[in-house]
Amino acid sequence: MKPVLDLFLTFAKIGLFTFGGGYAMISLIENSCVEKKQWITHDEMMNVTVIAESTPGPIAINCATFVGYKQKGFIGAVAATVGMVLPSFCIIFLISMFLDNFLEIAWIAHAFMGIRISVGILILDAAIRMIRKMQKKPIPLTIMICAFAGMLAVDIFALRVSSITFMLIAAVISLALFPIRGNTGKAGPAK
Amino acid sequence: MILFDLLVGFLKVGLFAFGGAYGAIPLIRDVVLAYGWIDDEMLTYMIAVSESTPGPIMVNLATYIGSSQAGFWGGLTATTAVVLPSFLIVLLMMILLTKLLKNPLVQAILRGLKPCITGIILATGVFMILQHCISSFHPWSVDTTATILTIVLGTVYFGSRKVLKNGLTPIGLIGISALAGILIYGRTL
Repeated sequence: MKPVLDLFLTFAKIGLFTFGGGYAMISLIENSCVEKKQWITHDEMMNVTVIAESTPGPIAINCATFVGYKQKGFIGAVAATVGMVLPSFCIIFLISMFLDNFLEIAWIAHAFMGIRISVGILILDAAIRMIRKMQKKPIPLTIMICAFAGMLAVDIFALRVSSITFMLIAAVISLALFPIRGNTGKAGPAK
Repeated sequence: MILFDLLVGFLKVGLFAFGGAYGAIPLIRDVVLAYGWIDDEMLTYMIAVSESTPGPIMVNLATYIGSSQAGFWGGLTATTAVVLPSFLIVLLMMILLTKLLKNPLVQAILRGLKPCITGIILATGVFMILQHCISSFHPWSVDTTATILTIVLGTVYFGSRKVLKNGLTPIGLIGISALAGILIYGRTL
């Protein structure tokens, strides 16, 4: 099979069969790209995860772009990324045409009234997991609490402040506060 | 023009969405509410659908919102826009700037950015729950049914995660809450 087509089909399969996105996908990508196809090594896979976490955008997309580029350059990156996105694009597009009609059916509307509650819980769960992984040091904790309080106030009082504003402020503050060192290991405030 | 708005709106989302799918939800909420495309209620439904269909949640949400606003081309525009920044950044990194991530300046920014995003996600989750439990902020009034449902579902979800090694999955929770919704709201309404 032509390598570009192979990339496309492999990532289309991953895109079609992973629910929940993000970290659920990483294990599937590892399984097909490292173990089966041997397109990248295990170490490279670790690197992708770090890159994916530190760059914006969906983690699965970052991985697809990385693996595709590694295999076949720019064309490979495009093939893998498009492959990743295409299956869910088609599914969601179909659903979007019908959801409004679905919601007029009484029991489906009731089901969604229950579902909306679980969405809040899931977001909370994601936040809790991130807090667990966070460095428990004064500066990061303060930034987190300020961002939390600020954002909650913006939501409750329906203010027109974007979360991007908070992120830019946090970026400036951390440039000012964190000691800038060449080594990233355990660099941090002495206290 | 709607396609241009979708393009700009979702480029912004794609560029600032650190921290995976849930990092993008506050941003998408910002953009969607600012343009007045859909309300909080509909967004919540779309998040549930995006979580329950295969593929990256952020991309699913973009496709969904785009299609609902401007059909096929809207979906295509929003999806491309949300994917493009991360695609280009990874590409750029591999071509030129492999060491960029190790740059101390970048590291310093990321160290402050991560807790900030965590706080924003936490606020979004808390607000979404409050929104359903408190039917109105002024005057203050509580929706008892939703509050009880939240407590029960929250206990079941976090409880199962604590007790069992592979507790309830997000899709499992959505399934249970759908069932609970049919039983409770179908009876009382």
